[in-house]
Amino acid sequence: MLNSQGQVCVDDDTVIDDLDRQIILATQQGLPLDPRPFSVIAEQVGTSAEEVMRRMTAMQSEGIIRRIGAVPNHYALGYRGNGMTVWDVPDERVDEIGEQVGALDFVSHCYRRPRHLPDWPYNLFAMVHALDREQAMQLVTKIADLLGEADQGHDVLFSTRILKKTGLRLTY
Amino acid sequence: MDQLDRDIINRLQAGLPISERPYAEVATELGIDESALLQRLDRLLKDKTLTRFGPLYDAAKLGGAFSLVAMQVPAGVFDEVAEIVNSYPEVAHNYQRDHAFNMWFVLATETPQQIDAVNRDIEQRTGLAVRNMPKLQEYYLNLQLDASL
Repeated sequence: MLNSQGQVCVDDDTVIDDLDRQIILATQQGLPLDPRPFSVIAEQVGTSAEEVMRRMTAMQSEGIIRRIGAVPNHYALGYRGNGMTVWDVPDERVDEIGEQVGALDFVSHCYRRPRHLPDWPYNLFAMVHALDREQAMQLVTKIADLLGEADQGHDVLFSTRILKKTGLRLTY
Repeated sequence: MDQLDRDIINRLQAGLPISERPYAEVATELGIDESALLQRLDRLLKDKTLTRFGPLYDAAKLGGAFSLVAMQVPAGVFDEVAEIVNSYPEVAHNYQRDHAFNMWFVLATETPQQIDAVNRDIEQRTGLAVRNMPKLQEYYLNLQLDASL
């Protein structure tokens, strides 16, 4: 991932340099709760507030920063029916169906993943969020209705215990 | 949590502007003082109503490798296996789920080769098979929970 100048290549067009990296490290655990948060970061990394804002705006346009936002705790907001729904759909239709399922307003993540036959025949995963399990099961029915005969089998897995949740940390 | 907290949570899920006084801008939208917003945000983070607040970095765009991995762990050794899996710093999240595949964890490494290496190591130490399920295609990624329900 390093080019000849030692810079990290994000993709063919995008390169982040040392200052970008420092900004990432200074902010990945949170944005300062200060009236001028970008000035605080600027002081930490040794540049101007304008430069920090310029670089973070660029990273946001490139999709390196999805957004500067809050991540809520499901349970604290009363959502107790958070289920991982999994679907076995025909391979030739999975992209088309994935887009439709992903667009549903109660689905937060939707991915195609590999099957592991024979125990795991599912190739489409969609996280659904509901206030309780009963409501979650109703949402599963909505997805099944949408899929029609493309639903070759499905299941829902609810998490019963969080064993570890430290999140992703970049270490460079 | 009162209605104002819920409004703040909903508004801040959508994103903070990148400007000199971003909190003041959002506070004005919500009809409150900048200091009131900062105080409430601080409290929501401290009491863990919000897990985090800040730039949400797309780690895959920054060059990392990720995978979702599942295991079928016999009940009698579940806690022991959980401890082994959790001991890897590459394991970012680990959940127990009610299914034959009862342990699900997310691996985050610098290279795809390291994903395989960690998986092989876990298999060796636990004597159990791991099922690697990396995302092959992403259809939608937007976690916005309505806090007003």
